Amino acid sequence: MHKKYDVIVVGGGHAGCEAAAAAARLGSSVMLITMDMERFAQMSCNPAMGGVAKGQIVREIDALGGYSGIVSDRSAIQFRMLNKSKGPAMWSPRTQNDRRLFTSYWRDMLEATPNLDFWQDVVTEIIVKSGKAGGVKTALGITIKAKSVVLTNGTFLNGLIHVGDKQFGGGRMAERSSTGITEQLIELGFESGRMKTGTPPRVDGRSLDYSRMAEQPGDIKAGKFSYSTATKPLENQRSCHITYTNLETHDLLREGFDRSPMFNGTIQSTGPRYCPSVEDKINRFADKDRHQIFVEPEGRSTCEIYVNGFSTSLPEDVQVKALRSVSGFENVKFFRPGYAIEYDYFQPTQLSLSLETKLIQNLFFAGQINGTTGYEEAAAQGLMAGTNAHLKLKEKEAFVLKRDEAYIGVLIDDLVTKGTDEPYRMFTSRAEYRILLRQDNADIRLTPIGHKYGLVGDDRLKRAEEKLEGSNELISFYKKQSVEPERMNIVLDKLGSARIKQKTKAFNILCRPTLQSMHLSDASLEIKRQQNSFCDLSHEVIEQAEINVKYHGYIERERLNADKLKRLENIVLHEELDYSKLKSLSYEAKEKLSKIKPTSISQASRISGVTPADISVLMVYLGR
Amino acid sequence: MSIQLDSTICALATPPGIGAIGVIRLSGTDAITICNKVFKGRDLATVSGNTIHFGSIRDGERVLDEVLVSVFKAPHSYTGENSVEISTHGSNYIQQQIIQLLIRVGAKAAGPGEYTQRAFLNGKLDLAEAEAVADIIASNSEAAHGIAIQQMRGGFSDDIKSLRQELLDFASLIELELDFGEEDVEFADRTQLTNLVDKVLVTTSNLIISFDKGNVIKNGIPVVIAGAPNTGKSTLLNALLNEDRAIVSEIAGTTRDTIEEELVIDGVAFRFIDTAGIRHTDDTIEAIGVKKALEKVKSSAVVLYMFDVHEHSVGDLKNIMAKLLEDVQGTKAKVVWVGNKIDHEDFKAIAHEFEQFHNLVLVSAREKQNLDTLIDKLVAEINLDNTNLNQTIVTNTRHFEALSEANTALQKVKEGLELGISGDLLAMDIRQALNSLGSITGDVDVEELLGNIFGRFCIGK
Repeated sequence: MHKKYDVIVVGGGHAGCEAAAAAARLGSSVMLITMDMERFAQMSCNPAMGGVAKGQIVREIDALGGYSGIVSDRSAIQFRMLNKSKGPAMWSPRTQNDRRLFTSYWRDMLEATPNLDFWQDVVTEIIVKSGKAGGVKTALGITIKAKSVVLTNGTFLNGLIHVGDKQFGGGRMAERSSTGITEQLIELGFESGRMKTGTPPRVDGRSLDYSRMAEQPGDIKAGKFSYSTATKPLENQRSCHITYTNLETHDLLREGFDRSPMFNGTIQSTGPRYCPSVEDKINRFADKDRHQIFVEPEGRSTCEIYVNGFSTSLPEDVQVKALRSVSGFENVKFFRPGYAIEYDYFQPTQLSLSLETKLIQNLFFAGQINGTTGYEEAAAQGLMAGTNAHLKLKEKEAFVLKRDEAYIGVLIDDLVTKGTDEPYRMFTSRAEYRILLRQDNADIRLTPIGHKYGLVGDDRLKRAEEKLEGSNELISFYKKQSVEPERMNIVLDKLGSARIKQKTKAFNILCRPTLQSMHLSDASLEIKRQQNSFCDLSHEVIEQAEINVKYHGYIERERLNADKLKRLENIVLHEELDYSKLKSLSYEAKEKLSKIKPTSISQASRISGVTPADISVLMVYLGR
Repeated sequence: MSIQLDSTICALATPPGIGAIGVIRLSGTDAITICNKVFKGRDLATVSGNTIHFGSIRDGERVLDEVLVSVFKAPHSYTGENSVEISTHGSNYIQQQIIQLLIRVGAKAAGPGEYTQRAFLNGKLDLAEAEAVADIIASNSEAAHGIAIQQMRGGFSDDIKSLRQELLDFASLIELELDFGEEDVEFADRTQLTNLVDKVLVTTSNLIISFDKGNVIKNGIPVVIAGAPNTGKSTLLNALLNEDRAIVSEIAGTTRDTIEEELVIDGVAFRFIDTAGIRHTDDTIEAIGVKKALEKVKSSAVVLYMFDVHEHSVGDLKNIMAKLLEDVQGTKAKVVWVGNKIDHEDFKAIAHEFEQFHNLVLVSAREKQNLDTLIDKLVAEINLDNTNLNQTIVTNTRHFEALSEANTALQKVKEGLELGISGDLLAMDIRQALNSLGSITGDVDVEELLGNIFGRFCIGK
């Protein structure tokens, strides 16, 4: 019934969709199998994309030709650039999205992608022949063959949902779970673990009193994720609202603690520390008398509301009673209660940096199956896994991003090198070179690489190159062009910045903390003309130049640090290296190195338990 | 961990201690440039490889030593990099001073096995050689670790730990603000952060200053025996050492140079320095000895000032004391007055005259009378200096360098705070400081940082 595919992608979540799109875009024939084609890239948790560190990832995905940025822009109902008061490395785009539109735009994009077929079914078994993936078997009893398989099962592997003392199997509320694959993988020699995550109640917005909450509107001038011209900045925005729990809420929640699966021992697995349930918050931080709640609309027209900050697995009656004590929620009507979900994951140290499993060739893992959380983290892995599945079939070297190139590089290196025991989320603090990994330059960083692999077209490359050239041109111009004291001082006075006494280079003026590009153009017609000479890229070029002028010292220092690391990155450790024979290595180092099989000295040095002395030994043995 | 291959490293290549000569080796791209900054002689930038040059190493105007400098140009050196070997005179003090100077002008202290690592990486060692040194490198770092632990005197280890914890808390606050700025978390205000940086800076600065003191302890506490000629200084030294080391004679001015001996008392190494007597002299050679003696007095931890109890009136003595105290003013030297020759018959008659003096011990060096009291006094003086248990001492050059780096980074944080720069930029320097301290205590893992954040703050929508 089905032809033999190059790549089968199991799962239609954020990871699966990006994986299928990437492999198909590169020219592989791809089959995407999902349980429900109405829920492609379903936002199972909050209806938002991006945020701190995550927004950078979405920009990176977009720069590499992934679809997440475009879909997010098209389905956005609110746009905010977070952290705008901080340095440019911290600026983080975030959108609230219409959940239904998000899924629907994803489906449109996938359907418009050549080489991509779909099948709605549940995969129950992976076909493995002589250590190599060769296709899948489904619940309908169908066999589909392929040269490689990308597994993106999300929370569906033996998913178990908890609401108070009730439990039922499922991958999401009202969706069944998937069984059999974990067991098969364990039989093949994989180590599995269990994780837990949770989600808050969804409620009826018509039952809320917004006058008792603080409004949080979108940015006055919205930005967007995609570097392409395929999307436009959002114009008509919807607000979110902020309210708080109080001591009464906490007392009411505590009444349900004996029936909480978190506290009575029913749930044993690890949840994310940065995304605790509300019961966990009041339990661990008993001295805090209130916790913030973000009231987020689920779409442009729907009245459904996502109660962000109130993730809980307490019994539904306790949830309702407690939430009613919150300002603005006095008469709240529930659509559905919050729940906790436990699911299987596979310690990602079992993968190589291409996301291919070390045990089974041509089998790739991406997304929550690797112990991560977040749409963005999943989508990024999907993009990389799909790309590498294709490259493997073409017998080409894997596409691996370095830690100084992209958050995606940090993400995958962390997972594969260190593994994770709690759901892994990206933070900017995980990146040692975050000044380099900004949302404004993801296209400059990654589009040329993406183009080399065939992930992005010529038009996108041209745009990125023009932006870079334009920015360099403008910086050189700032270095040559002087401003006259007479006109400049008027602007400087307004800003409370020290006056200049003689003609001064624009570059030096722009270095001042409070000065912006527009202040230069206010003081000089020549500068204004130059700034506006980059057509539709002017805005991006001016911003890029300003960041590179203002922060040049920091950027250069960070670049220098990163280049130092590069030298270690270039010292290759071969997979065949038998660490047990290196007598001088510590026992722990031998064990960890044998298991993780780092590809470079630099990666080896990041493995916990591998000491500088071990690295010295490796350095000496390397020439073999 | 971090290995920085493009830095220029320096270390003592010969065993530490007193020998005829010692060799300090510099290796790295800037080895010749760095050495040239402190070398007075031929311009090393213009000389060819495999050549030797005579000159001096200078810290500003001060000549540290006259040396021979061997210049090797990449790839024709042990490490395959530009290298310089500085042959110095064999004194611990001189070598440490030169190494510190080189670090100040851009070199880094070499890590264990780093020369071999570089040699290997630059293809200068073949496999057989590499295998042979592998074990040495492994044991080197183990030994280096042992030495580091050993050298952490007093509360050094604890101090660094609490320093690191404070910095970690500080870094956490900044990271919290960066990664969780959208959430309902309270941030420490900048004034508090500035105070914290100031506090940490005080500690790092003190530890850095203690490096000199640490070296003193490592190399023995210098105790100078001074006094007018023929008051029995050499006799006292011999009595303390129980051997006839110094030349003892009845002719005033016998000891023309300084003589050093080490003696361990109560687990503390003392370096006793016998000096020529301090007096005006026309003998040129002796005059040099007197000048040296005064210098030694000034750089010592304790001065045992000896006088003959029979030769001075109380008034004279008071003048001598005032003069010496003036000489040592502004130095760290402490003075203990030692009245010698109490074995003479007529001492009893004048004994009461000395009761009024503080810090005075009456002995007979020849008859070894009262030496225990003197030693107790000496130990007490040293302990007085170190009774503050919180005072910690850095003795390891690599620790010194790490602390200096941390200090520089923290200074930048402080400047940044004053300028009001944003947290992500502050964080760069905080990370640098943490990494520098990390080379002493172990690196700060981002998980530790996040753990600290999640442990202390309620995060999570």
